[in-house]
Amino acid sequence: MSATDDNTRGPPTDAEVNEDAVTDSDGAEELTLVEAVCDGLHTEMARDDSVMVLGEDVGKNGGVFRATEALYEEYGEQRVVDTPLAESGIVGASIGLALSGMRPVAEMQFMGFSYPAFDQLVSHAARLRARSRGQYSVPLVVRMPYGGGIKAPEHHSESKEAFFVHEPGLKVVTPSTPSDAKGLIAASIRDPDPVVVLEPKLIYRAFREPVPEESYEIPLGTAAVRREGEDVSVFTWGAMTQPSLIAAEELAAEGIDVEVVDLRSLSPLDTETITRSFKKTGRAAVVHEAPRTGGVGAEVAATIQEEALVYQEAPVKRITGYDAPMPLHAVENYYLPQAVRIQDGIREIVEF
Amino acid sequence: MNTQYGSGPHDGSDDGSNTDYVQILDAGGNVRPGAEVPDLGDEELLAMYEAILLARRFDQRAISLQRQGRIATYAPMTGQEGAQVATSYALAPDDWLFPTYREHAAKYVHGMSLASLLKPLYGHRDGYAIPDDVNVVPEYIPIATQVPQAMGKAWGDMIQGRTDRAVLCHFGDGATSEGDFHEGLNFAGVFDVPAVFVCNNNQYAISTPRDRQTASETMAEKANAYGIEGVRVDGLDPLAVYEVTRRALQKTKNPVDDERRPTLIEAVQYRYGAHTTSDDPSVYRDEEEAELWRERDPVDRMATFLESRGILTDERAAAIEERVNERIQAAIDEAEAYETEPEAIFEHVYEEPSERLQAQRDELERLREKYGDDAFSEVLQ
Repeated sequence: MSATDDNTRGPPTDAEVNEDAVTDSDGAEELTLVEAVCDGLHTEMARDDSVMVLGEDVGKNGGVFRATEALYEEYGEQRVVDTPLAESGIVGASIGLALSGMRPVAEMQFMGFSYPAFDQLVSHAARLRARSRGQYSVPLVVRMPYGGGIKAPEHHSESKEAFFVHEPGLKVVTPSTPSDAKGLIAASIRDPDPVVVLEPKLIYRAFREPVPEESYEIPLGTAAVRREGEDVSVFTWGAMTQPSLIAAEELAAEGIDVEVVDLRSLSPLDTETITRSFKKTGRAAVVHEAPRTGGVGAEVAATIQEEALVYQEAPVKRITGYDAPMPLHAVENYYLPQAVRIQDGIREIVEF
Repeated sequence: MNTQYGSGPHDGSDDGSNTDYVQILDAGGNVRPGAEVPDLGDEELLAMYEAILLARRFDQRAISLQRQGRIATYAPMTGQEGAQVATSYALAPDDWLFPTYREHAAKYVHGMSLASLLKPLYGHRDGYAIPDDVNVVPEYIPIATQVPQAMGKAWGDMIQGRTDRAVLCHFGDGATSEGDFHEGLNFAGVFDVPAVFVCNNNQYAISTPRDRQTASETMAEKANAYGIEGVRVDGLDPLAVYEVTRRALQKTKNPVDDERRPTLIEAVQYRYGAHTTSDDPSVYRDEEEAELWRERDPVDRMATFLESRGILTDERAAAIEERVNERIQAAIDEAEAYETEPEAIFEHVYEEPSERLQAQRDELERLREKYGDDAFSEVLQ
């Protein structure tokens, strides 16, 4: 079987499910990524009374992206809470709620508005376990939509995953498929430590796939091989998985066999899967929409240097957003890695 | 609280029973008994009306442009035009304006062109560029972040002896929950800076109603905690908002006795429409609620007031309507003809671009030459 099966548990792959069916015989419904986030929240709230959702417009309004739709009606205002407009308050209160035994899932409406909560996350959520010498933990989930490509206003399109990945004590995950979204939400809620779930809003509604109705987890810290290949490894995550796969298919016609690895978990990193893939191909590109300098791509490249130097055939190429503020939408598609940029970068590695 | 111009009637607002606020025009647009009309000439009053009407028409056109897919997400201001126009009319040219993403009309009245308001909606950051002779900072999108900055601008001007200018800072009811609101107002009180803070209480922060935002009875009373004056005004009464703002600005420049310079103004209003064109208010509020506020509409009240004084005639009204629509169309034409070159991504990041950034700019240029601009049109295709 494929490496995908080695690294994932739970959701069936596309090939195993009839794509035309709304609900297949195994109880898998065709959901978009944002619907799967909502389904994951619903499933976890149903199985654990301590799970609660809080944030701006998450209740009556069902979230500005409808990620918490119908939860308010189902679980009531005690467990699905419209808070005052205050991100530091939301995350700070969530830390307290977690200490009291609740399992809070806080929503930051957009990643670009999470910064008032940064102090609470990095100074407290991330290190209370260490400071209390293991006496307390903060089982908190902070969800935030991130990324560009949707013609959003200023501050609504950034990818600042590196801020959170850099912080010891935080875990950071990002799904690229609906079934992973549900499984990562479940695993994050059940995790004893704080987890930042970054939701790629460009692909919130880009496609549907069967998502099992029952509860399941995608273990944190596991990457998924989305396409197997022999010549070059592409390490990516979130919305960039899609253009990476498009580029891989285009390059296949040129005889370049690309392996696409969706990291899914940016902290902890699945160094085993990264290293295994690189040892096979000896060539790698990292694709992310965040600015290049200090991005998670640098961490992947350094991991390859440390773990698999003698297998290396070419420099690790970073195909990323540029070191400039995310532009407004007239030119945002020049900022984001496109399939054409990814192909060009991969050819460069192959021709090295 | 300052209520010498007469208190408003119970207006059916959902923010409690407290309608104790400054009002000059009653709901029908008639001058309230005992209320004093601001000292403005006929031409100034007409100009204010024209700006309010322009704001309404701009809003309607922008919503329509968004629905046609020509512009991106837009934050409507219908219902709030009177407060926006009146606060900016009270400013002197040297005063500084700190607007949010909804203060289109406030920016326009204080000197920004209509085309510049539209450019960011067409995806061009150049719309945020401010002409040298216009004292408006780029609009604030992260909530309440402007409050301490406006305080700092006022503080800096004061330290440097520019005592003839003030800062006016806008924000909404939701912003009063953010830490930056508290920090900014607290600093303003402590350092006694020439700043006026205007809370445009439009009753909703997206879906969250005012009474869920704070257990305080009013937003204005929060000023008490900072040792500064708080004033509550009917935000749908342009004359009252103008007068309250004018007095607050005057106090920043010429405080009497032991008056402290800053003021927190709560302009009580209502967002008739959606938070943005991405929002659907029917999910979280009753349409009938908006109707109660529409009965006190700022455009209608101002028109009635001017008609009753013989300042606004049918002929003038028709000319204003035509002029307003022409100006908006010209601005749309200008914004639609505007283009941003991809190299602009790399401009203005630093005064001097780093070598790495220049290399990245060259990289994009090379890719465009090699593959053509069509290859960059869609990320997911």
